[in-house]
Order: sequence, then structure tokens, then C-alpha cells
Amino acid sequence: MPVVMDADRMSRTLTRIAHEIVERNRGLDRLALVGVRTRGVPIASRLALRLREITGQDVPVGALDITLYRDDLMHNPVGPQPLVRSTDIPFSIDNRVIVLVDDVLYTGRTVRAALDELIDFGRPKSIQLVVIVDRGHRELPIKADYVGKNLPTSHTESVAVRLVETDGCDEVIIEKIAGEEAV
Amino acid sequence: MNPETTDATPSLPTGTDDQPIPANRLRSKDLVGIAELSVEEISLILDTAVAMKEIASRPIKKVPALRGKTVVNLFFEASTRTRTSFEIAEKRLSADTLNIAAGTSSVVKGETLADTVHNIEAMSPDLLVVRHSSSGACHFLSRICRAGVINAGDGMHEHPTQALLDAFTIRERKQRLAGLKVAICGDLLHSRVLRSNVLLLTKMGADVWLCGPPTLVPTGFARSGVHITSSVDEAVEGADAVMMLRIQLERMLGGYFPSLREYFNVFGMTPERVRRAKPDVLIMHPGPMNRGVEIASEVADGPYSVILDQVANGVAVRMAVLYLLSGGAEHEAVA
Repeated sequence: MPVVMDADRMSRTLTRIAHEIVERNRGLDRLALVGVRTRGVPIASRLALRLREITGQDVPVGALDITLYRDDLMHNPVGPQPLVRSTDIPFSIDNRVIVLVDDVLYTGRTVRAALDELIDFGRPKSIQLVVIVDRGHRELPIKADYVGKNLPTSHTESVAVRLVETDGCDEVIIEKIAGEEAV
Repeated sequence: MNPETTDATPSLPTGTDDQPIPANRLRSKDLVGIAELSVEEISLILDTAVAMKEIASRPIKKVPALRGKTVVNLFFEASTRTRTSFEIAEKRLSADTLNIAAGTSSVVKGETLADTVHNIEAMSPDLLVVRHSSSGACHFLSRICRAGVINAGDGMHEHPTQALLDAFTIRERKQRLAGLKVAICGDLLHSRVLRSNVLLLTKMGADVWLCGPPTLVPTGFARSGVHITSSVDEAVEGADAVMMLRIQLERMLGGYFPSLREYFNVFGMTPERVRRAKPDVLIMHPGPMNRGVEIASEVADGPYSVILDQVANGVAVRMAVLYLLSGGAEHEAVA
């Protein structure tokens, strides 16, 4: 279970991404962060803190649950439905620059669902994407604007971003999926 | 479900993704009554409804979750509120909906319930929402149908989605159900809403008080751990929520009480009686209200009334039920 990013590295990565967001957008006037549940939300909150440290400006933060937009939702004829959690975007996204935040970018299907859901909330000026880890294997034409770490992986591995808020510690680990041979 | 098709945060059934999840599925393909639900399943529906409620506040009040699913609303008994609520819930989830009302169906030509439903099933709907005047009609249909059956009220048996939306409304305001004193007053005999509510509230640990004229109190409730009284004051004293049940005027030919005015004087919810409850009491009514019979207008329109919240929450709760049942049943997935 190799650790590919520890707490210190993650902290510096987030600081670097915050600086890149400021540089690229020339200020934060019409900017808002939207985290994808579950772990995108605490990451978005941390980025908002850093953006305030850098510029002194507060950036609104929202949370997006993409479950109801998943493309595999009704593909299994029978079986339990994924748990739905609340989406909470307490501001208008019209004409804003929305910075979408997620922990891992893999097939791109989560981001596709998030883009579709966001568009149902209004017409943002643009949408940018932050991920802590890009592990490759895209199945859709989607690319991140800000990447914490590019991590080449195989399909039989799983990448887990762990956060203090949800898991008790900050780290990124890579591990073999148990029972993968049986699938 | 295949967790490989999403990026990093699939809702794994193991619950390792987040906190351990007590229940993430309903065991049955049907929602016939609260009696068949476990505490975990009730909590799952209420938690899912919290997420569904947010959708009503979006500029585009629609999510693609039930795209391509067909839901048939089969109403053999008159209903405006429940049918509308189900239909809005279905449309917000992008399901295709079809309404069949008894008056316009071939039931009037003498077709049996089973034949009617078999004919509808031949057109492969995914879910049937059924209201029927006979107790047990939904249970019967759930056994003969492949599609999931949702009970929207059957005779004097159950009205599970009403009890779920009542519980959702209380939980939303009080953050819990366990330990709350809930008084339910009115026609206890004919009310399917009452039956579902007693089952749900006692399962969730609430302290339930029933109050009505002795002629309208059914036998059997005494065994379910609820308090029964014919004194409104005693039932309402210190209550966290007071639910009024409709006096079903169409069923009142049996002479259960002398007159509507006398009923109001003895059992009607007046501002004076509400004052005996907790200061932050919730006043609830499943509708349609008879103002001046079971509830005074000042109470129905008063500051503690959550009657319209109940209607709004009904859509969210029904969305949750439709979503959770559209995945099918556990035993089928295993088979």
C-alpha cells in the first residue's frame, strides 16, 4: 500500500494549485468553487482558505452530488441504488467562473455527470477542473486544468485520496484491488 | 453495480467509501406498507428525501435519474394531492408517466383488477403507483406484478408515503423522531394515514397519543404501545407535534357522533387547546381539511402550522421512494 503523497506534500500541492487559480483567472471576482461529493467538498473548502490567504478575497463554495446524473444508474436491471447525498450550491452560477474540484480523475465519467448537473443550475461563464490525482485511463474527452499529481496506474490498482475531514489523515495511496482476478 | 465506471468516489455497497452505511437498499420491489419496512429502510428513505428536496429549489427542477423508466399511476379512487404529488415526483426524476383514473378506465366496463393490471403490465411499465378503495389491493397486486407496486392508499389499510412525509416533516424541524410526543386526533377508525403513522412513529421510537370519539377508536391499537384517550387536552399536553385527521364526511352516515358542531366543540383543534402543547409544536394535517370540524382556521393558518410544508415534502419523499425502488429488489439481484 505505497503512499504516493503525504500530508505535507498535499498541503504544498493545494497551495500551488491555489496560486495557479489566481494567476490564470487574474483575480477572483466572479469565481466560485464547487466540490464533487464526497472528497471534492473538503478539498474545495481548503482551496477557498488558501485563496483568501493569497488575495484576501472570499470565494463561495458549493457541493455537488452527481449520483442522480450517473451514466450507470439504471444500467443494472436490478440491484441497490447508489446512495444520494445533498447538492448544495447556495449562489447563482450564472456568468461565474466555476472551479470544479474532485479528488481523482480516472474515466472522466464523474466529471461528465458533474458538468451536466452544473448546467442545470445556470449558465456559468466557464468551468475549470481541479483534481488532486490524475490517474489516466480516460473514457471521455475530459482534461483537468489543475492537477496535483499525474499518477500512471493500471486498471487493477485503485487510488485513494484520504483527507483529515473524511478519513482522519491526509495522504494519497495506491493499492491492488482485492479479488480483481475474480471479476 | 459496477464501481469501476465512476472516477474515485463510487458508492460502494460495502460502505468503505464514507461512514459505514446501515442500509443502502430497500429489500422489496414494492412499497405496500410501513409494516414491511425496517427502521434502517425508513431512515434510508428519509435521508434520500433530504437530497431530493433540494432539487425543487433549482432553476431546472429535473434530474435524469429515471430516464427511460415508465411509471403508471393507477388511481381507482379519487385523489388530487397524492396523484399530483406522485406525478410531479416522477417528472422531476425524468420518468415517463401515465395516469389512469378509474372513471375513465375499463374498470367501469366490468374488468377485474387483476385483468386491468395484467393488461397494463403487458406494456412493460417499471413501477405502478396504486390507489384503491379495498384494503389489501396493493398487497394483492404486488404478488401478481413483476413491476414494483407503490401503495398510494388502499382502503383502510395503509398510506405509507403519507406517513413517510409526515415523519420527514417532523424530523426536518425537530432533527429526530425518537422520544417526541406526537398526538394524532380525529377519525381513528377509517384512517389509513393513521395506521401508517402509528406503525412508523412507534418503530422510530416516538411517544404516540391517539385521541378520538370512542365510537371512532378501532380495537387493536391498544396492543401497539400507543396511548389512547378521549380527552384532547390530555393528548395535546406537552406534545411536540399534533396531527389532525380528517373527519371523513362521506363515511359519517353511521352516526358515530351527534353533530359536526358537537365534534368541533369536543375534539376540534382550537388555539386554546394548542396552547397546552410545547411552545414550538408542529400542527399537521394530511388534507383535505374540514375547517371548523376537526381544526379551527386560526390553527390551520397559524404560525405553528406545517401543513403546506407537508405537501412540499411529499414530493421529495415520493422521489426518494421512486428512486430507491427503481433499482429492483435485493432478492432478484442475488438470483
